[in-house]
Amino acid sequence: MTTENDNIVLHVADVHKTFGGLHALSDIDLQIEEGKTHAIIGPNGAGKSTLLNVVVGRLAPTRGAVVFDGQVLTGKQPHEINQVGVARVFQTPEIFPDLTVLQNVMIPALAKRDGSFTLNFMSSLADETEIRDEAIHMLEDVGMKASMDMLAGSLSRGDKRRMELAMCLMQHPRLLLLDEPTAGMSRHDTNTTIDLLKKIKERGMTKVIIEHDMHVVFSLADKISVLAGGRIIAEGTPEEVRNNPKVQEAYLGGAH
Amino acid sequence: MNKIFSMSRKDVLTFVIFSAVVLLMPIWLQPFGAAYPDLMQKFAIFGILAIGFNVLFGLTGYLSFGHAAFLGVGSYTAVWTFKLFSMNPIPALILAVIMAGLFALAIGYVSLRRSGIYFSILTLAFAQMSYNLAYSVLTPITNGETGLQLELQDPRVIDSAFGSTSDGSLPVSNLFGLVDMNGIPGFYFCAVFLIIGFFITQRIFASPFGMMLRAIKSNQTRMNYTGFNTRPYTLTAFVISGMFAGLAGGLMAVTDPLAGAERMQWTASGEIVLMTILGGVGTLIGPVVGAWLIKYFENIFSSFNESVLHNLFAFLPDGVEKFVVEITSMFVGEGWHLTLGLIFMLVVTFLPGGMMEGFRRIGSLFNRDGGDKAKPNEKTPAPAPAE
Amino acid sequence: MDAIFLQFLNGLDKGGAYALIALGLTLVFGTLGVVNFAHGALFMLGAFCAVTLRKLLTLEMVATDPEKVTAWGTPLEIRTPYVEAWFGDFGAFMVDFSVPFSILLAIPVMLVIGVVMERGLIKHFYRRPHAEQILVTFGLAIVLQEIIKHYFGANPIPQPMPSAVGGAADIGAALGMDPNVIVYPWWRLIYFAFSVVVIGAVFAFLQFTTFGMVVRAGMADRETVGLIGIDIDKRFTAMFGLAAIVAGMAGVMYTPLLPPDYHLGMDFLVLSFVVVVVGGMGSLPGAVAAGFLLGILQSLASMTEIKAIIPGIDQIIIYLVAVIILLVRPRGLLGRRGVMES
Repeated sequence: MTTENDNIVLHVADVHKTFGGLHALSDIDLQIEEGKTHAIIGPNGAGKSTLLNVVVGRLAPTRGAVVFDGQVLTGKQPHEINQVGVARVFQTPEIFPDLTVLQNVMIPALAKRDGSFTLNFMSSLADETEIRDEAIHMLEDVGMKASMDMLAGSLSRGDKRRMELAMCLMQHPRLLLLDEPTAGMSRHDTNTTIDLLKKIKERGMTKVIIEHDMHVVFSLADKISVLAGGRIIAEGTPEEVRNNPKVQEAYLGGAH
Repeated sequence: MNKIFSMSRKDVLTFVIFSAVVLLMPIWLQPFGAAYPDLMQKFAIFGILAIGFNVLFGLTGYLSFGHAAFLGVGSYTAVWTFKLFSMNPIPALILAVIMAGLFALAIGYVSLRRSGIYFSILTLAFAQMSYNLAYSVLTPITNGETGLQLELQDPRVIDSAFGSTSDGSLPVSNLFGLVDMNGIPGFYFCAVFLIIGFFITQRIFASPFGMMLRAIKSNQTRMNYTGFNTRPYTLTAFVISGMFAGLAGGLMAVTDPLAGAERMQWTASGEIVLMTILGGVGTLIGPVVGAWLIKYFENIFSSFNESVLHNLFAFLPDGVEKFVVEITSMFVGEGWHLTLGLIFMLVVTFLPGGMMEGFRRIGSLFNRDGGDKAKPNEKTPAPAPAE
Repeated sequence: MDAIFLQFLNGLDKGGAYALIALGLTLVFGTLGVVNFAHGALFMLGAFCAVTLRKLLTLEMVATDPEKVTAWGTPLEIRTPYVEAWFGDFGAFMVDFSVPFSILLAIPVMLVIGVVMERGLIKHFYRRPHAEQILVTFGLAIVLQEIIKHYFGANPIPQPMPSAVGGAADIGAALGMDPNVIVYPWWRLIYFAFSVVVIGAVFAFLQFTTFGMVVRAGMADRETVGLIGIDIDKRFTAMFGLAAIVAGMAGVMYTPLLPPDYHLGMDFLVLSFVVVVVGGMGSLPGAVAAGFLLGILQSLASMTEIKAIIPGIDQIIIYLVAVIILLVRPRGLLGRRGVMES
């Protein structure tokens, strides 16, 4: 493992992932700095989602390791990875459709406070006023307070994503992973989400964003890694990446 | 007020009404012709079984097809406690609950590694194993097909230490030698446990734990990525519901000190599922109502026979009468299970939410004209007791 | 060694029954995506086709012989089945071979039952949760078995096998071993052969007919097949009918080995589900392999030598294997990954 400076929160060290004979990821080395927003872009099939799945423990890398804040995440269960401070927003919203919006937002806070398992079946949910107030406050922040008593399953797709983001934010994670947070959203909703994510950035939360939408990427990212064919072909500030001929050839060329 | 006992006003009201309904059974069941002790004991015992099952299936969505095994374990344990130690029901019940809990822990630990239909089949496999073993190798413990019974020469060490003597007839379970556990006292004894059990489930429903279980049913992946280790949650729910089943099995033995392996058969597990579904899965009261309805109609339908039917339809012309009796006799007496199966199919097909869903629909029919076409837009109130 | 071989043979017929039921279960699950708890009832209904046919064939006419008188002084009654009176020797032959003849009755009956069941009930549950499918078919299974109980009573009804094959084959001698060591009833051998033929026919049907190809494609990817404009639903209904026929025939032929009663279906159903899970949900070869494997294992476990080591093992071996398989290899022996792992 390479030595790194103290600001590195997440280090994806020399990760390979093969499916059968297919190299989905090769020689991936990523260093994510504390407090920064790091975007990973690349054409379809470049391996972006595979990379994210390796980070959150859904897939085990064939070789290499993922280190978060000095702890090796490789081989850990999803809930353990969350408990050390990594939260994830999915491409298709993963929420609790049968619970109310308020309950959806309260649950992550309980996980943060009580850990991965507590036997609290004799206490009352009604007594959790602190977490409840915090959840209502969070819903206010994302502009969803009005629908807090609705069943989450009946929300619009855009609202589901916003709520999922709110759920992750309730945990004050040290690292937030976002998998195409604006996919399928209208321009208006996309802009609201960008504003929201900018607001989070001011709080100093580290974020990794996987995104198709260049508008989103260039409005948010401090640093961009470009993935193509399972390899990182370029890395740098938005300006550097924009001007990199390799990137233009592999990715931006057709798009712009 | 102690924080442990803080309940919302609505919960307190529900609890008080429920307790009153249970305790007043000997009065309000009179007009239904169901106010006799044996049946009321069944109401209480199967009520306990159903609410316990509901903690697992209703909250977590894990469909166990093996709960009858815990019922059987509870019964065997209770009868053995009677035989070896004392006819007092308290130690018998404590041991029955503990044993059923241990069994549930072992079976749940293995079965919960899988979900969906695989979980159902694993529990079914374990229950069938228990059933087959109870009939074969474990005969020294279970007394095989005859069933485990009390005998005059049973040691009953605690009872004999207190100098109880045998009068040549089989003893009856009794509370410290004061009240015999049959008839109306037996019913009240079971009823108290039903009320305690109801209180516990009410607490679980209103607790963060209960919300976690619902969340697991709703989306297990999100639970994991939210930092919860879901397996201990489901295992706890499984053990709790297993202990309820053990308690019910123990109470069966208290009111009638006999335990047979057929109590563990998978059709018995199916009946538990049925009660819960009929009443309303995941609701607090539904499973109890389901259990009562099934036991009530079982009692009525089984008692019918052809001569009763002939009397009933005597007003019809002869040929028609014969035909009607022929048809209806399929559904009563021995044919009660046919009726049960039909009801079951109808409920699952048209009313998967059970009776409680039915009541709600009827209620909403009166509240808003024209039913629930506006559903997607309406603000659905929280089904959970967050408020 | 001989004993093991004999037990191995003994497992084949039971294994054949498990395989036939599991095959149908898997077909229904793979095509319709429905977990059918009433599939065992179809096996039971098949068995009762045999019972019914035999009842019909042995309806007797009663004549009195004026010449002869019984010890009580009443005229001697002569009872002859109508078929014998009408068809003579052929009638007697029909009575004797009532079980194999029942297959001819079972095929149309089971087809009708299967199609009615699918169109009338199962169809409405395609998109409902698996728990509800399990529950509604469980209810249906109860209803079917209670109807049978109403008409046929609760006691097992023995069905004789044709007298020509009533004996046993000395397989040991045929294989050059000592005679009279490995003696195996003909009917069990026939059942095994029958199950192999039926299984082979089903596989050939799926493999070599256009219909089968469409169904297999549908099992793999229902949406796509629907998109290219093939009415897959109609074919799936036919598949359900086919599964019902297979289960019914399996039931018919099993009657001489085990007198059928109304809860025969439930008994076999639980085992067959275990078989399906062990073989791998959705895998046809898996279902067949696991059926025979478990039948043979069960038979081996009931050897006294083995029972002496682990008492009661014969009672639980199948479930034990299922538990181990599910834990170690959750998708079963030959199953695809992720089927029904909600």
